[in-house]
Amino acid sequence: MTLATTDLNAITPDGPASDLIGRSKRTRLRFVANRKAATGLAVLGFFLLISVIGPWIAPYDPSKRSSDLIQPPSAAHWFGTTHLGQDVFSQVLVGTRSVIFVGFLAGAVATILSVLIGVTAGYLGGPADEGLSALSNVFLVIPALPLIIIITSTVEEAGDTVVALVIGLTSWAWNARVLRAQTLSLRRREYIEAARATGESTWRLILFEVLPNLTAIIASGFVGTVIFAVMSEITLAFIGISSTADWNWGTILFWAQSQQALAQGAWWWFVPAGLAIAILGTALSLVNFGIDEFVSPRLRSSGRTKIRTATGGTVRMRVGFTPVLATTARTIEARNGKEQS
Amino acid sequence: MKYLLQRIAFYLFTMWAAITLNFFIPRMIPGDPVQAMIARFQGQMSTQAVASLYVLFGLDKKQSIWADYRGYWIQLFHGDLGLSFTFFPAPVSQVLAQSLPWTVALVGVTTLLSFMIGTMLGVFAGWRRGSWVDGLLPATTFLSSIPYFWLGLIAIALLAGPGSFFPSSGGYDPGLVPAFDGYFIPSAIRHSLLPALTILVSSVSGWILSMRNMMVTVASEDYITVAHAKGLSEKRVMFGYAARNALLPNVSGFALALGFIVGGTLLVEIVFSYPGLGYQLFQAVGAKDYPLMQGIFLIITLSVLLANLLADVAYLALDPRTRKEG
Amino acid sequence: MKDPVLEIRDLNVDYGLGDQAVHAVRDVSLTLHRGEVLGLAGESGSGKSTLAYGLTRLLPPPGVIRGGQVIYHPAAGPAYDVMALSHAELRAFRWAETSIVFQGAMNSLNPVYKVSTQLLDVIRAHEPRMPASARLARARELLRLVGIAADRMDSYPHQLSGGMRQRVMIGMALALEPQIVIMDEPTTALDVVMQRQILRQLIELRERLGFSVLFITHDLSLLVEFSDRIAIMYGGRIVEEAPAPALYRDSLHPYSDGLLHSFPALRGERRELTGIPGSPPDLRNMPTGCSFHPRCSKAFEPCPDRVPVLGHPRTPDGRTRTVACWLHPATG
Repeated sequence: MTLATTDLNAITPDGPASDLIGRSKRTRLRFVANRKAATGLAVLGFFLLISVIGPWIAPYDPSKRSSDLIQPPSAAHWFGTTHLGQDVFSQVLVGTRSVIFVGFLAGAVATILSVLIGVTAGYLGGPADEGLSALSNVFLVIPALPLIIIITSTVEEAGDTVVALVIGLTSWAWNARVLRAQTLSLRRREYIEAARATGESTWRLILFEVLPNLTAIIASGFVGTVIFAVMSEITLAFIGISSTADWNWGTILFWAQSQQALAQGAWWWFVPAGLAIAILGTALSLVNFGIDEFVSPRLRSSGRTKIRTATGGTVRMRVGFTPVLATTARTIEARNGKEQS
Repeated sequence: MKYLLQRIAFYLFTMWAAITLNFFIPRMIPGDPVQAMIARFQGQMSTQAVASLYVLFGLDKKQSIWADYRGYWIQLFHGDLGLSFTFFPAPVSQVLAQSLPWTVALVGVTTLLSFMIGTMLGVFAGWRRGSWVDGLLPATTFLSSIPYFWLGLIAIALLAGPGSFFPSSGGYDPGLVPAFDGYFIPSAIRHSLLPALTILVSSVSGWILSMRNMMVTVASEDYITVAHAKGLSEKRVMFGYAARNALLPNVSGFALALGFIVGGTLLVEIVFSYPGLGYQLFQAVGAKDYPLMQGIFLIITLSVLLANLLADVAYLALDPRTRKEG
Repeated sequence: MKDPVLEIRDLNVDYGLGDQAVHAVRDVSLTLHRGEVLGLAGESGSGKSTLAYGLTRLLPPPGVIRGGQVIYHPAAGPAYDVMALSHAELRAFRWAETSIVFQGAMNSLNPVYKVSTQLLDVIRAHEPRMPASARLARARELLRLVGIAADRMDSYPHQLSGGMRQRVMIGMALALEPQIVIMDEPTTALDVVMQRQILRQLIELRERLGFSVLFITHDLSLLVEFSDRIAIMYGGRIVEEAPAPALYRDSLHPYSDGLLHSFPALRGERRELTGIPGSPPDLRNMPTGCSFHPRCSKAFEPCPDRVPVLGHPRTPDGRTRTVACWLHPATG
């Protein structure tokens, strides 16, 4: 199986992981100082908090019916009510836990699998690599979501754990592929070769020399899988495959869709859940941008691209045309006239 | 040529894996779905249809799993994917034949379009850092974080409805008969606009971002400096040198991401009740129509594999390094 | 006295802006004469490559040119300052007047285009009215010039060896018969035999075509062999400039001396290889006075405090050379 390894550059655009090696503590802190990463982490932290305290601070039991049917947002019901008079705000709050749980569990399962398969394949090489690479490629090209739908539908009333496991077990391939290539390039580094020559055991080498240098890529893969897992879980709930007994944002959308919320003009029924998904997704993407820019500083949107010159004009920093800050008169015959002959 | 043959061998292997997976999954279903089925269609099922269902579900206790597996392949080669529960007694293959063109037209065209538009914008974003396209990125990130189906709901709420140019559901006006004529085609296009726009808006961001990052990376390659030093025109350096090279990883990324993207876009069909595979899958899930679900999974997988193969051919044409002589 | 073709005057090149700027090239003045090979040597980080990229304005961000002039004397017409050219003028100037052979020989060619495409597109960009058949004939001629068979026209870069690629780049550099060819470590990636073979070919071509060469390398022994004059850079400044034989015979700056003793010369008497103690200065944190003084075995009282000026020394051949060292204070 020959692979086009070039596509890995899309993830670690600087190619070799040299940028990852030997980071000091100070630069680790700089990751948090990255504005994108900090924003993403803050929002993510907020959702994590809600996932813990959501059920306690929810004003109503999300399943409790009341006589306020399909009411628009009001002081009593911030996000309005459903066709059964249930409080949408409470449903969103309570549903956060399931979304976060499934996202992180699936992310963890997929990350562990991808590290095991990717690093092993990349480090061992040979037939083990061939086999594991083929396996990841098969999982990569088989459309994930339809596969997840088929598998989940064979399970009666699939709960959160089952959904998380199914997603985790089917979505590790991309990360495994990235890790394999990165391990492959790490393995050829001098200091790894040297450690191998001194007879360190393979597992010690992988654990203490290889893995620490893959941290950023593993983290980025984890975050990516969490995004995918959250989307998949919500999709499964939305099309009514997973159990509708537990509340998550997809379940809200499922009821909104099946009760024709749109046709009834009940926008408050599906807007909050959708926005919550989008905000959580954006936050996770921002964290990943932060990791990407941390790994390859070149990707940062350059802060200042326009420079003021001595004459008061502005020039733009760009590849191929170095800006000149102070220029003199354009023609210089006055001084060099004699050399014109 | 060797490269392409290797890829084809890989796709055949993947196809085998997908089909085998498809064979084993229904064997995990608890209970006896076929009995439930027979009970539902009291007496209307031919014995032949029942036998085929038993093979499909692996409930034929008289046979070994190997014989089952062989039987499954033989059925497949005859194009027999079983009978659909929901459209009984229509065979699954017939349902698929009806829905596939809709999906290929909608998802296929918009995915390709999204890739091209996103790549183009990414070229500009990466080439001129800090330009307006770069400023667009946060907004597109937000849009791409929205599930396709939810964006579809919002699109319907805001843009469709009675009296609007955009129909809110279906693939064509109810009174029309599918045909290549002046009534049906415009109607079909009008119905596909909103779903297509939904897919486009939420999928374009990924392509912008990956192409931008590749452009930034490629811009520091030596041959770009050489191209500038040669005094080539801006357009030539940007497209002929930078974008031309940045495109390569983006094309192979496109092939790899297809499996993810197609899954998501299928759901847009559900929201718009668009008569394609995604909508059928939704209905099949609701009705526990396992043969149809499996058939859809199989056909989607095969389409994605085919699309992958086409992307490989494109890559082969774009990168001379894969075209080894001999 | 020969005609100058390129005069660099007080060129200052920075990385970054304002307080955080790193001054990589400081007040460099250097003149390249018509038809000569001027060697520019220095350790890595001395600013020699930055100077080459700076004077062609090819330095990538965050590089900026803080000030100075680069005056170019075309074969016909008035001289002009390259730093004052608009982007369109700069594009026309590049390659037609000054071409460059880059350090990264391996990656200088666009991997997705045939050699012919890359030769033809530069000719087309500058000579849009030349008929296609003439352009093709020119491209073939260029390859023949550097000793590559014309059937290699349709090869892709990955099908060529490293030496061949660098020859293609040299051929390409001559495509528009420029007056100046800048060579930035053109042969570092090649083996010693190939290095000399290619350089000898280049010198021959220069004699036939009459262009000037600015030859940048860290390998002073190559310069002694192939260049007419040599300039030595240290910490962003020119510290010594002299005719090649004079510099080899008696270098005045202790740094030049150290560099000469870092490489075995292929010809001439044997020298003891000593090298230079210490490492190149940190551009962010330059030593006061003469930036070489912490590594200099001959440093004395004025060195840590005052920057020596580049000027003519009081030696018999003082009019033909310059040096910036307190051991050889400049004449008035």
